[in-house]
Amino acid sequence: MSSIFTSSIGKKLLMSLAGLFLVTFLLVHMGLNLLVIIFDDPMVYNKAAHIMSSNFLIKIFEIVLFGGLLLHVIYALILQVQNWIARPKRYNKANYANTSFFSKFMIHTAAIILVFLVIHFVDFYFKAKFGHAAEIHVDGVMYHDLASEIVDKFKMMPFVVFYIAAFIFLGFHLIHGFQSAFKTLGLDHKKYTPVIQVLAIIYTVVVVAGYSIIPVIVYFQ
Amino acid sequence: MNLKLKIWRQKDPKTRGKFVNYQLRDISPDSSFLEMLDVLNEQLVSMNEEPVVFDDDCREGICGACGMYINGHPHGPDTLITVCQLHMRKFKDGDTIVIEPWRARAFPIIRDLMVDRSAFDLLIQEAGYVSINTGSAPDANSIPIKKKYADLSMDAAACIGCGACVAACKNASAMLFVGAKISHLTLLPQGEVEALERVSKMVTKMDELGFGSCTNTGACEAECPKGITLTNIARLNRQYYKATF
Repeated sequence: MSSIFTSSIGKKLLMSLAGLFLVTFLLVHMGLNLLVIIFDDPMVYNKAAHIMSSNFLIKIFEIVLFGGLLLHVIYALILQVQNWIARPKRYNKANYANTSFFSKFMIHTAAIILVFLVIHFVDFYFKAKFGHAAEIHVDGVMYHDLASEIVDKFKMMPFVVFYIAAFIFLGFHLIHGFQSAFKTLGLDHKKYTPVIQVLAIIYTVVVVAGYSIIPVIVYFQ
Repeated sequence: MNLKLKIWRQKDPKTRGKFVNYQLRDISPDSSFLEMLDVLNEQLVSMNEEPVVFDDDCREGICGACGMYINGHPHGPDTLITVCQLHMRKFKDGDTIVIEPWRARAFPIIRDLMVDRSAFDLLIQEAGYVSINTGSAPDANSIPIKKKYADLSMDAAACIGCGACVAACKNASAMLFVGAKISHLTLLPQGEVEALERVSKMVTKMDELGFGSCTNTGACEAECPKGITLTNIARLNRQYYKATF
């Protein structure tokens, strides 16, 4: 049992589970964000965000989420370093043509996503958490006006470009990660693996498009 | 054919190696890659130079000894073959061919293109076997085995332990090799008895020997001369979880 934390397969298992958890989270987060562009009334989003920040269960979920992210990152770093050490001298003429394209850049796309996350947290999460956002009182309940924060940010072209670029790199990360996680879990089958690979593409396109459309629409509105 | 060869030369495990360029003239397109290297070595010997050291044995494509990394591919640019089955007609006249040894921490270079693949032997010694009581041979078919499992086991048993999977993997991972051994032994009733003990031991040993981990890139499967598939890695994962939980 303890070897799950030390063996290579164990570490990969934890990474894939955390990864799939983050994959699910991305859909929830996207669903909430889409409220901003679906409804004209910004209070719909503000109320949803209020529930997300005040509900007890979701607060626990938040801790699990950060734990999952941390686990994913830490084990990725450990495994990556071990993998680099496993080949101390590189090939002079390496041709990784048979290595699936996006799998070669997982650590690079991950680095970009991490930088994005830091900026994203400064932009939105900390504001919501530590109360720098404007307050709106409806029926005696205080809501942070996060919808206006989003609109303010995405009226600026550089933010729109930066966010969309980050989503595209996230897509590169997901397209390999999604299907690789299933293989690590031991699910590889002649019939079902192609289905999972198609699902990975659909999921990636939906996530990248779903997140990207928000800044685009806000900018042109 | 006239060729330019760029070959990794390294005197011994401790000395720093370097690439040396050689020119070869009038090589028959029908000669095998190893025969081409033989021609080069004869020329080197006649010039009182040290021949290029490389592993080879059966030259029939079944032993897996002739491992080298040719133009970015283990066993060269053809599929489902070892180096001895690679023919010079796969190259063009005037080509430059870069020949390197397998590169992995677990496969230290002995000399030139020859690497020490004892790590694979150690993995087999660790648990890659079936313990049986010796005695007279059992009756054939005394233990019925479903065709499906017999086939899967036989496919995995095709592994010749050449190390191309490790050489091809960007992480120098031995998961395809270990996966093949696990499938080969575990799918049969004789090997099933020790299945869980076997998988824990082999994975622990694999990590200890300094192989990398699997990131499901698919390079091993594509370069394997015996067509061992990635499903064996998934089976290895499943078996490992079964043994661990």
